[in-house]
Parts: sequence; structure tokens; C-alpha cells
Amino acid sequence: MLFSLSLIGYYLSTTTYIIFFVTQKNKIRSAARCLLFGAGVLHTVTIISRYFLAGHTPLTTHHDTVSFFAWSMTWAFLSFRWRYQVKNFGTFVSLVIAALMTIAALSSQTIAELPPALQSAWLPVHASIAIIADGFLGMGFCSGLMYLLQERELKKKRFGVFYSRLPSLDALDNLIQHCLTVGFPLLTLGIITGSFWAKQAWGAYWHWDPKETWSLITWFLYAAMLHQRFIAGWRGKRAAILAIIGFIAVLFTLWGVTFLLPGVHSYVR
Amino acid sequence: MSVDSILVLGVNHKTAPVEVREQLAFTSDPERPFRKLREIPGCSEFCFLSTCNRVEVIFTSPHQMETIRSIKKFLFATSNIKEDDIDNFIYLHRGADAITHLYRVAASLDSMVVGEPQILGQLKDAYRNSADRECTGVILNRLLHKAFSVAKRIRTETNIGSSAVSISYAAVELAKKIFGNLEGKKVLLVGAGEMAELAAEHLVNQGISEVIVANRTLERAVNLAKRFNGKAVGLAELHAQMELVDILVSSTGASGLILHQEDVKPIMKQRKNRPLFLIDIAVPRDLDPKLNDLDNVYLYDVDDLSQVVEVNKAEREQEALRAERIVTEETLKFLQWIEDMQLTPTIAAMRRKADTIAQAELAKTLSHCSNLTARDIKSIEKMAGSILNKILHDPILFLKEGHNHEDKQLKLDFTRKIFGLDLEHEKEE
Repeated sequence: MLFSLSLIGYYLSTTTYIIFFVTQKNKIRSAARCLLFGAGVLHTVTIISRYFLAGHTPLTTHHDTVSFFAWSMTWAFLSFRWRYQVKNFGTFVSLVIAALMTIAALSSQTIAELPPALQSAWLPVHASIAIIADGFLGMGFCSGLMYLLQERELKKKRFGVFYSRLPSLDALDNLIQHCLTVGFPLLTLGIITGSFWAKQAWGAYWHWDPKETWSLITWFLYAAMLHQRFIAGWRGKRAAILAIIGFIAVLFTLWGVTFLLPGVHSYVR
Repeated sequence: MSVDSILVLGVNHKTAPVEVREQLAFTSDPERPFRKLREIPGCSEFCFLSTCNRVEVIFTSPHQMETIRSIKKFLFATSNIKEDDIDNFIYLHRGADAITHLYRVAASLDSMVVGEPQILGQLKDAYRNSADRECTGVILNRLLHKAFSVAKRIRTETNIGSSAVSISYAAVELAKKIFGNLEGKKVLLVGAGEMAELAAEHLVNQGISEVIVANRTLERAVNLAKRFNGKAVGLAELHAQMELVDILVSSTGASGLILHQEDVKPIMKQRKNRPLFLIDIAVPRDLDPKLNDLDNVYLYDVDDLSQVVEVNKAEREQEALRAERIVTEETLKFLQWIEDMQLTPTIAAMRRKADTIAQAELAKTLSHCSNLTARDIKSIEKMAGSILNKILHDPILFLKEGHNHEDKQLKLDFTRKIFGLDLEHEKEE
């Protein structure tokens, strides 16, 4: 019930953001932001109630994971809003959030029993950090996409919907970097806390199960990207493309691995 | 003199792409157009205008077909356009259309960026150059002076000038879309022409921190750099400077490309891929079009810039409409003048004027003398009439004498000025 309410809240907010994107009226943007904030609060309540319902941190089913992903992206975006005004960023981010929420809504909401081995304080720490990292990386994806759209119009010299609506390339490039510089350390922390949990639960820090491997691949992708940026000045289009590829790797780690490559993490369904 | 002997023939940004226009640029020898046009038979008066966006000849000619063909040939002499294709790129206006066209050009209504201020100055220079070489005569002298005053009138009566955005304005808009904030950015001007100066001015107003000028002659570079508290360098330092700047505005008169893709590729590595905005306002182009294919390099030439301006064009259209009305009005006035510039209307105007004066003076004199008989009055009136006729006799003979077309125009113009025949029209204005 609560979940459905927050889902509707997100849909409303996304629709309003799209209307803002078309009309560019500031009043509509404020409305969209309020709606998103409201949906975010509702969603927070939803997750807390899930916590009491399950008796443990509700991050073990597919529904909860993706829902938390959407939640972390919402709050990552809203927290960014304090510091940056990035034109029309909300439209893109809210679309991704709405998509994630739809996926969460479509998957089973039954609460799974948690195996005793996994009942640990590491569960909330590891899972939430990892997914919050994904939230920031998801914003990196949005800004990368916006960069490519704006860059395309500037290069092709055909000025359509995006030229006037999207911010400058420089602003978008900075945005990508900010998203990654927050997301990447969190991702690192997520992997480290995960390995502590693995040590506690299964006795070894690293198992090379598909999820671990893929998160490591993702980590290397982002690490290489940031390294190249600072050393060789990989910025602009290349950085934008890498931010998108990185996020695809994140999604693969989340879903591809779960559904295609079974391993010790596969309880998360 | 019939109105239809006034013609305008040329190419502009609307009729010909930059690839064609740049082939017509007359940079190497500034005397050539005047020399060549003077040789063309039937081209009695002409004014030659060549700017970034247009090359056109304003001329008067009694027997036209031959003259038009020769002028086309002259314009496209340096290009590789086949003679049959020339008509696809040119416009030819005649009579009232030619006058309207010239007024629109002068008032910047025909500019790539409507309302941009440079064109009037360029037209004035073109006129001065033609007039100094005695290529213009009675008709064009008047037409061009009128064009200048029409442009001035439009500038004061409409808002077209205040919203005057030019190429450089468009460039600033784009720079903001690339760099966000222009504060702390550096601009390199290659070539120290007027356009470069204007662009730099706009950019500096937006917070550009440093202006560097590179020019073939260092002296001009130093002068321009001084205006912006910038520094001047030689063209040889171009590549080294490109590692440091963010925006490059190129407007040299070079006949070929000065910057190729291969030159800039290694520079981008040195720059650590910081974006580079290249603006090519030169015709012929200075910068390799392939530069736009490099990552983080954005190349815009004159034609590209026009599209940016298209975006906020709507606001200016209203003002342009009012300006067009002024143009129509002024064209009609000029047509009236041309019509008056014939023998019969001039003589009639002379007589009319003399008659009006005589009548007024008679009325004034007669009102003081109360004791005159009707016969006396009649004789006085007759005397006034014959004084007029005698005074006008020689000027009229002088007017009728001429055989040469050119002489006739001069005489008519001269006579109209001596008798102040056009002043009345002007006063009505």
C-alpha cells in the first residue's frame, strides 16, 4: 500500500518534470521537485515499515533491492540539489527513478526468510552503501546521457529540443565528475564492507563468485575512468560514454549476474 | 533615365553557400574590381560591395543584357562554377526592387543577423571607394546617400539596432553552451580585422579574462591587443598559443586554410582535452572543416553561426516588419525623384517654382498699392511673367542642349540643385 503510494508519487513527479522539460516554466519545476520530495519521504516510510515487517534490513529480495536503488537515487539527486542547479537534470533522473520503481513494483513483494549465516550487522552496512553508490553512479549515467545529447546538437549544429534546455557541456562534464567522485568511493566502501561480511559469513574475504567478480570489474572500469581523467584528461565525450558504460556494468552486476550467473549472492531475488 | 536602369547583381549568404562565396572573395588585389568593372561596356555607374556575407555590384546601365552577362562573368571569374550554374547563386534586382534591396542591405534587414551594425559601415566604405575612383554618378550618389539616411532612420525609429545581435553575439551564445561561464577563459584572435574586434568586444563583455591577438603584421596585432589589455603574438606562435586558449576566432584574409585537422590533433592532447571552440568568420575559410570531427573541438563557420541566431529571431521579426514599411515608403520617394529627373518634369518644376514665387510677390506688392487701375495690375503681372521667362530661358536651353546621356543626368541634377527643386519634397518628409 505504502509502496504503491510512493510509486504514484514518483510517477506524478516524473510526469511533472516532463511537462517542465517541454514548457520550461519554473513553477512547474518547483511542483515537480516538491512531488519528488514527497514521494521520497513516503518511500522512506515504506522502507522503514518493510524493516519492521521483515524483522531485518529489507535488502534481500529483488523488490527491496531495486526499490532501495530508486530511493537512493532520489535522495542522491535531492542532496545534490542543495549544491548544484543543473538545468533539467531532474527530468532525466526522475525517468530513471520511475523506471526502477516500475521494475520493483513488478517483482514479488513477499518477504524471504534470511538464512542465519547472513544475519549480521554487515547486511545493512554493505547492502545500503553498495546501493547508494549505485544511486550516484546512476546520476552519472544521466549526466553522461545529457552530455552526449547536448554534444551531438553542438557538433551537428542542428539545434533541437536539447540545445536550449540542457546546461553547458562544461556544467555536464563537471556533473559527471561529481557523481563519480561521490559514487566511486562509496562503491569501493561497498566492496570492502562486503568482503568483511563474507569473511564473517563464509570464512573468506573473497570468493570470486560472479557478483563479486562483476562488481570488481565495475570498480576497475570506474577506477580507470577517474585515473585517465586526472592523468590524461579524458573528459567530455569520452568521459560521458564511460559513465554510461560504467552504469551498464552496474546494472549487469545487479541483474545480469543474479539472473544469468548463479553464485552465493543468488539469494537476492 | 528610367528606373529600370538601376540594377543590383550579386550573391549573398542566402543565395550561395560559403563554399561558393569564398571563391568570389576579392582579397588579393583591391583595385581589380574597379578596373574590371570600368571596362565593362554599358556599366555607366557602379558601386562594388564585398563583405563576409555578400558580394554585389550596384550599377546603372542603359543596355542591359550585355552588361549583366559581363558582370556575372567578372564576379565568377576566379571560381570553378560553370557559366550555366551561375544563375543558381545570384540575384538580380531591377528598378524599384533594386532600390528596396539596397535599402534593406543598408538597414541590415538582409544581413545574416538582422540588425547587425557592421553592414552600414561596410556599405559606406564600399561607396567611398567607388566614389573616390569616380565610378558613381548622379543616380548612385543620390541612391547611396539615401540608403544611408534610410538606414539611420530605421535605426532610430525601430528597435532593430538595439536588439542587434551579430555573428559575435551568436558566438557568445555558443561559447556559453560549451563553457558555461566565460569568466577566466582566454580568447585568441587570429587576424586583426573589424569582425575579430567586434567578436572580442562581445566576449570581453561576457567576462573573458584574456585576449591574445595573432596577426601577420604585428603592428596591427599590437594595436588591437592594446584595446583589450591583451598581448600580441606573431602568426608563427599560433600553435603554441592554442595550447593555452579556450576560444579561437579566425578572420584572416588568407586565401587557404591556416589550421588543419592534423595540426590540432596533437594540441588537444597537450591541452588534456579541454574543450576548444573555434570560430571561423573568414571568407574564404581559415579553418579546416574536418576540425569539427575531433573530440572536444567545436568548429563554427559563418553559416553555422546563423543557425544559432535563428533561435531568438522571433522577437526581432516584429521590428523588422516596421523597418520593411519604412523601406517601402522610402523606395517610393526615390522612385518619385527618378521620375522627376526627366527633362519635362524638371522644366515644369522650374516654371512652377518661379510662378509660385512670382504670384506670392505680386500678391504682397499689390496689397500695398491701393490706387492702381486694373490695367496697371495687368501690366505688372505681365512684367513679372516675362522676367520669369527671360530668366528661365537660358537654363532651359542649357538643359535641352545635351545629347550625351551622362551629361544630361549631370545637368538635370545640377539644375535641380541650383533651383532647389528637390528641397520641397524633402521638406514634406
